[in-house]
Amino acid sequence: MLIINILGFLLIAGIVWWFWLYKPVDVSENSSDLLVTVKNGIYQPARLRIPAGEATSIKFLREEASPCAGTVVFSDLEISEELPLNKQKTIQIPALTSGTYSFTCQMQMYRGELIVSDKP
Amino acid sequence: MDHKQRVELIIEGAGCASCVGKIEGALKDVSGVVSAEMNFAERTVSVEGEVPIDDLIKAVESVGYNAKGSEGVSEDDLMDEKEATDLAYYKRLVREMTIALTLGVPLMAYSLIVGEMTVTTTTERIVWLIVGLLTAGVMYFSGKHFYVGAWKSFWNHSANMDTLIALGTGTAWFYSMVVVFFPTAVPDMARHVYFEATAMIIGLIDLGLALELKARGRTSQAIKRLIGLQAKTARVIRDGKEIDIPIEMVLLNDHVRVRPGEKIPVDGIVVEGHTAIDESMLTGEPMPVEKKESDEVVAGTLNKTGSVVFKATRVGKDTALAQIINMVKRAQNSKPPIGRLADIISAYFVPVVMIIAVVSALVWLNFGPEPAVAFAIVSATTVLIIACPCALGLATPMSVMVGVGKAAEAGVLIRNGEALQTASKITAMILDKTGTITLGAPKVTSIHLVNAEDEDSVLQLASSLEAGSEHPLAMSIVESAQEQGLSPSAVEQFKAIAGHGVEGVVEGKELLFGNEKLMRDRRINVDDAVDVAQQMAAEAQTPMYFAVGGELAAIIAVSDPIKEDSIEAIKRLQKNGIRVVMLTGDNRATARAVANKVGITEFFAEVLPEEKSNKVAELQMQGEVVGMTGDGINDAPALALANVGFAIGTGTDVAIESADITLMRGSLHGLADAIAVSKATLRNIKQNLFGAFIYNVAGVPFAAGVLYPFFGLLLSPVIAGAAMAFSSVTVVTNANRLRLFKAQEH
Repeated sequence: MLIINILGFLLIAGIVWWFWLYKPVDVSENSSDLLVTVKNGIYQPARLRIPAGEATSIKFLREEASPCAGTVVFSDLEISEELPLNKQKTIQIPALTSGTYSFTCQMQMYRGELIVSDKP
Repeated sequence: MDHKQRVELIIEGAGCASCVGKIEGALKDVSGVVSAEMNFAERTVSVEGEVPIDDLIKAVESVGYNAKGSEGVSEDDLMDEKEATDLAYYKRLVREMTIALTLGVPLMAYSLIVGEMTVTTTTERIVWLIVGLLTAGVMYFSGKHFYVGAWKSFWNHSANMDTLIALGTGTAWFYSMVVVFFPTAVPDMARHVYFEATAMIIGLIDLGLALELKARGRTSQAIKRLIGLQAKTARVIRDGKEIDIPIEMVLLNDHVRVRPGEKIPVDGIVVEGHTAIDESMLTGEPMPVEKKESDEVVAGTLNKTGSVVFKATRVGKDTALAQIINMVKRAQNSKPPIGRLADIISAYFVPVVMIIAVVSALVWLNFGPEPAVAFAIVSATTVLIIACPCALGLATPMSVMVGVGKAAEAGVLIRNGEALQTASKITAMILDKTGTITLGAPKVTSIHLVNAEDEDSVLQLASSLEAGSEHPLAMSIVESAQEQGLSPSAVEQFKAIAGHGVEGVVEGKELLFGNEKLMRDRRINVDDAVDVAQQMAAEAQTPMYFAVGGELAAIIAVSDPIKEDSIEAIKRLQKNGIRVVMLTGDNRATARAVANKVGITEFFAEVLPEEKSNKVAELQMQGEVVGMTGDGINDAPALALANVGFAIGTGTDVAIESADITLMRGSLHGLADAIAVSKATLRNIKQNLFGAFIYNVAGVPFAAGVLYPFFGLLLSPVIAGAAMAFSSVTVVTNANRLRLFKAQEH
């Protein structure tokens, strides 16, 4: 029983680490041609890096028919756009100050981050 | 232009047939272009090849014309496409649900009728192995999207509804297979299989998703109706011929003919004919509006009686209708602050539920009765399945979607979710008098002569002076003079004295026109006329003093009729507990007279335009949540400062940037409607959020088995699956109830 309890607590620690503490490094940086695919419940890539102070555009390609994939919301930027199925949709992002801005589906299940940083 | 595609360009500035060769030649010279064919009548060119559209536009510009890409996909097409996508997805869900329930329902019935689904003999092992493999088939055919989604999300370090369903059903199936393959690995009493739970849960959740999809379709009915107002073709007159073309191809300044019974395709100004146009679909105003030459017509409205030709002034995305659609869509997708807490919870929800499932399993294993393993598996699975992040996530957006759409149907355009929420909390409403309570079209009602000889000469001089002024009262003087056939003379040294009046020289005479204060400042004796002026003011007329050569010549009174339904609309606001305050630049006596007529007890008179925002601040200091209503032009600072700024449009002018809420019709009922819809929407959001919170807060512990020690109750995973599937359907259905809301009754 002790082993099962230890395994249980390790599982909880694993959940906390994997979903909250771990910072993924998967970042797409090519600001001139950012393409995010919406498929299988995720944005791919889910972390995008763009330079601060420059307007940019991000293309979204929805490949999933589920209505959850049908809207992308940048709540901090008051941007909310519908994504047609299997067609690219370009979303204009205004010049932003450095920081992290999340983008999600309407229900917050699909999640991505826009990392805005000053140029080195 | 990727691959070999055909692109339509709209050409502007092509006035002669010889342009065709030049434009086609320029396009064919672009590397990658296979063919370019121009339709001169439609002013369009169709290009085939593999070239970016910008290069094509540049090529056309290089030979002296302008080109733009045809917007190709209209809102109507987009909506059709969305419906087709949703329908295909719906059919897929129904198919998947049918497969899952075909296995799940008989298994469920067997478990209820026969009893325990245990594995004790070799025959049972073989039978359950076959059932297990069939369940795996259901998991693949009906639930693949959950598992793939969960897997992809996992590697993306995120977790969603798919994660919970995949873990819940996966755990039940995996445990059952362990029992089938290695029955001795689990205690005797725990040798149950849960294949029916896996199949039923997948089937029920697919059913829930299908119902939710149908219900979601109904939430966008308002925007669909607006998009449906758009005509598909326009009959334009080019080179003396009338041709029917798609509305995307209509160019600025095109002359467009509309016959009775047809929709106006783009915005424009009538150049020929007269008619009555039904604008109710945009403004909510039931009476058709007469239109003659120089009057504006708006896309989406319906021509009733005559045939007219109008010049296109706004096309494509610039039409009022396109802007309304755009604004409503944006607002429908924006979130009021009340939804933010749910968003924060949603972000942490799934991993927290996973942790609760693990804790619950551990508690059962450590402290639960035998068979503890089976209880642990059941409770963990049920916790994972019952938790519904979707209900939380859908609670706010679905209600906003319906509420904003409902408002648009009543001619009320709400800018965003925040405006919607604040409008529901308004405690005080400031109404600008002119153009808001009144028609804003004052007319000269009487002229009292003091030192002048006749009314015509007074009116002629006054109108000459006022011809340069943009004040609405000035316009009424000019119009009255025109009606009398009086021609204005040239004015020199014209000067407007803000908030007081104007001065200038006409025919060598020094003229001064304005209020009592202006006269006294200039030492003009008005003592003998004050009584008359006061009497006029008490009759809700606005008296203005007119002095010629330093001597009072006459008092001209103008009156601005009160809108027919202002009194009733103000009553509605007051009935709902809103403190209504009137604001006007007029003198106190006129203000009092108007206020009395419409039933307002509190008013600010003689307020200069720049002081309007001070009055808003004053009420805010008293703790009021202030709504300010004005025409959106002079009132911009006050509208911006108010908690909610309402602009009363003219029916078409939706581009009022300073307003949070735009009322497309002139009636103040729009104001009461806007507040009523906001309140109803917020109430609906609160019901949804409350329901979703309570469902999860009560459901998860129940599923974990907190009631078992007291009442011996432990929830079945199948019931949890049904509850979860229908919780989000309930949220969407509750939001749809708003569609039945009738603002006028509140």
